[in-house]
Amino acid sequence: MKPSPKKTPMREQEAKERIKNFFEVPFGYSEEEAVLEAGRCLQCPAKPCVSGCPVGIDIPGFIRKIRERNFPEAARILKLYNNLPAICGRVCPQETQCEAKCVVGKIPGSEPVAIGRLERFVADWEAEHSIQSQVEIAPAKHKKVAVVGSGPAGLTVAADLAKRGYEVHIFETLHKPGGVLVYGIPEFRLPKSIVEREVNYVKSLSVQIFLNMPVGRAIPVKDLLREYDAIFIGVGAGTPKFMGIEGTNLNGVYSANEFLTRVNLMKAYLFPEYDTPVRRGKKVIVVGGGNVAMDAARSALRLGAESVTVVYRRTEQEMPARREEYLHALEEGIKFYWLTQPIRYVGNEKGEVVGVECISMRLGEPDESGRRRPIPIEDSRFILEADTVIEAIGTEANRFLLSQFDGLKLNKYGYIIADENTCATSMRKVFAGGDIVTGAATVIEAMGAGKRAAEWIDRFLSGEYDPWK
Amino acid sequence: MNLIREKRKLAPGVYEFWIENNHIVKYAQPGQFVVMRLHEKAERIPITIAGKKDDSFRAVVRAVGKSTYELCMAKEGDSIMDIAGPLGRPSEIGFYGNVMLVGGGVGIATLLPIAEALKAQGNRLYVVLGGRSKEYVIMLEEFSKLADQIVITTDDGSFGIKGVVTDGMQMLFEREKIDIVWAVGPTIMMKFCSMKAKEHGVRIWVSLNPIMVDGTGMCGACRVTVNGKIRFACVDGPEFEGELVDWDELLKRLAQYRNEEEHSLKLFMERVGDLSWL
Ligand SMILES: Cc1cc2nc3c(=O)[nH]c(=O)nc-3n(C[C@H](O)[C@H](O)[C@H](O)COP(=O)(O)OP(=O)(O)OC[C@H]3O[C@@H](n4cnc5c(N)ncnc54)[C@H](O)[C@@H]3O)c2cc1C
Ligand SMILES: Cc1cc2nc3c(=O)[nH]c(=O)nc-3n(C[C@H](O)[C@H](O)[C@H](O)COP(=O)(O)OP(=O)(O)OC[C@H]3O[C@@H](n4cnc5c(N)ncnc54)[C@H](O)[C@@H]3O)c2cc1C
Ligand code: SF4
Ligand code: FES
Repeated sequence: MKPSPKKTPMREQEAKERIKNFFEVPFGYSEEEAVLEAGRCLQCPAKPCVSGCPVGIDIPGFIRKIRERNFPEAARILKLYNNLPAICGRVCPQETQCEAKCVVGKIPGSEPVAIGRLERFVADWEAEHSIQSQVEIAPAKHKKVAVVGSGPAGLTVAADLAKRGYEVHIFETLHKPGGVLVYGIPEFRLPKSIVEREVNYVKSLSVQIFLNMPVGRAIPVKDLLREYDAIFIGVGAGTPKFMGIEGTNLNGVYSANEFLTRVNLMKAYLFPEYDTPVRRGKKVIVVGGGNVAMDAARSALRLGAESVTVVYRRTEQEMPARREEYLHALEEGIKFYWLTQPIRYVGNEKGEVVGVECISMRLGEPDESGRRRPIPIEDSRFILEADTVIEAIGTEANRFLLSQFDGLKLNKYGYIIADENTCATSMRKVFAGGDIVTGAATVIEAMGAGKRAAEWIDRFLSGEYDPWK
Repeated sequence: MNLIREKRKLAPGVYEFWIENNHIVKYAQPGQFVVMRLHEKAERIPITIAGKKDDSFRAVVRAVGKSTYELCMAKEGDSIMDIAGPLGRPSEIGFYGNVMLVGGGVGIATLLPIAEALKAQGNRLYVVLGGRSKEYVIMLEEFSKLADQIVITTDDGSFGIKGVVTDGMQMLFEREKIDIVWAVGPTIMMKFCSMKAKEHGVRIWVSLNPIMVDGTGMCGACRVTVNGKIRFACVDGPEFEGELVDWDELLKRLAQYRNEEEHSLKLFMERVGDLSWL
């Protein structure tokens, strides 16, 4: 049989059903579908797809095992490179990474191999068959590493160091490990049971996770420096930005972080069974064009909104959200106002938001990011009705920990300056990676940094290389 | 960890807890708070650290809604699922000279560690404590040991002078030259204390209690306008200079979930029955 030019489709919940629940949207491949899709891979000797993967997974290698129906071996190969494959298979922007490089995708009229879906299939298959692929743990090295933050960067560095025989302690300020994976990305895109499963895997390597520990407050930085042989900072870029326009503090105006934290981490969609409330708006406006905006919009819809509208100051072409998520949002009936910028929130006497005054934009010359700069069009103001507004315009470095690391060099945006390769910072023994170094990026890039850091922390602690000499 | 070692009723609906937690005891400074989550389905609630001894810290809690009712029903020997802290910027303790301390309701408990630290710096303390009636003026004994002068006000006149804390402030301002003020209590009280301090041209610190979620600066639920700028009370505060706070906005933000709160409490009451004994 000649392979199809298109990806093997993945079955998913119908849009009109799924907007009423928080269950995961796609169902994942069956064994047959996975084997069929694996058959589309050409097993290129040059492996261009691997060069697109921030952690360098042996993609044709694991795909071949799927084709051979040797799923345990496929899982073993994946885990050599990626400690959290069930998560990456779901949330990685494959279309700009591995799949963008795939040779099959370069053939006119053809789609690349569905590498992400295959990754997800293998990880889920392994979990369903409760097979723990064998991981070898090196003999104990009798050295201790502290990891601050339990997001993908922290979990990865911890798992890799534990495998190399180090004693690893993760400190997390929230009551659940996972970082953005638990508080930001919604259940319907990344079920929390999957995050829990992956966290349990990390714990099974003898990594200890201490929750409710705001490092810098509950443990002073100098104690960490004294008690541990090396420190990895992976605290993410969790501080929400606000545009700061008039009316920002009206009731009903949220940062995406607050809205998503209430819904995901605190399970406000199950209020009053769970105690944390969230406003269930009827007319919701989301500001922004990234993944976070899509997540906020689709969550608001599932909370029962009559209309959800995304306003973005550029156009569809420039929006940074993953294509798949944007298409999901469209299918679900979310409306988009392109080239639109809010300039004021309108409130009532009770201090609640009732509308958003916007101005239309046009695109000018490209700015430093290479995207065309939006410019306001005069006399183009209009008001959109809204009882809830969610600003998803980005985040910045979380300040309270960094302010206590005397001597830690930060860049002009407040992120930690760390070597791209070794993840070493300006302070001896201190490494950093993930969003706190790059600014808001992706799960896989945070994991990639965690992997590199683990390797260099190992070299540093074994006396092989000293980044500070 | 997080074991409730002692529990004591201080006033109707107001309880003192001593809760075991080594980290908090070791590092807490005056003015800081914790965020608690009682059980898997609970919300995260901020509570001030109102003292420490041995391996436990003190929390003084007033039952105002579902979560605080539930907390006040906890018994000695129970454990609290999650306690994160200490959080927030500590108070700016130093030598100022004559310090006026104004406490209302459970804010009195928040004020105590600040008072102790200021006393240790050699400040003279002029204290005003207020409550609805005599039984709500808590921790009087502890303050009596620290204060150089103390004025009590009650709404009904059942104890001290009949009036509100700003009346007590006025009395002290007339008697003494005050260098700085700390006021902790209900938002509306702190608003009027700030106006009173401004009237006398004296700097005032207040401890704000907006609605919070994480308490670590990552959500912005706690944002307040101070001096025209957006600040996050959990990391930039909770203490701010009272004169600069947009009080009316804060009061409106506190009412944000009124309907949900009432609904939640009603369901809870139906489940647990009469709570008037609290
Ligand atoms: C809503 C949303 C959707 C996203 N969707 C995608 C997607 O589809 N695909 C994708 O690839 N990426 C996505 N991202 C981005 C991705 O989640 C992040 O790039 C990634 O999580 C960064 O990982 P990290 O480990 O650096 O930090 P984080 O995941 O932010 O974790 C940092 C952790 O450190 C903790 N911490 C902070 N300060 C302290 C302290 N002082 N002491 C102890 N702990 C501390 C935090 O509580 C947090 O748990 C999304 C992000 C958001 C917000
Ligand atoms: C930094 C900080 C320190 C605090 N310290 C203490 C303390 O030591 N002891 C104590 O008893 N309380 C303290 N609070 C207030 C306490 O967190 C709230 O009373 C509690 O979260 C209310 O939860 P609930 O479910 O019981 O009531 P809800 O049902 O949420 O609310 C019931 C009523 O209380 C009001 N309310 C809600 N949240 C707050 C709030 N944060 N502050 C004031 N009123 C509120 C509501 O407007 C409503 O009228 C503190 C708050 C902050 C921000
Ligand atoms: S580039 Fe595409 S076809 Fe070639 S090995 Fe990678 S996944 Fe297979
Ligand atoms: S409570 Fe979330 S930022 Fe302050």
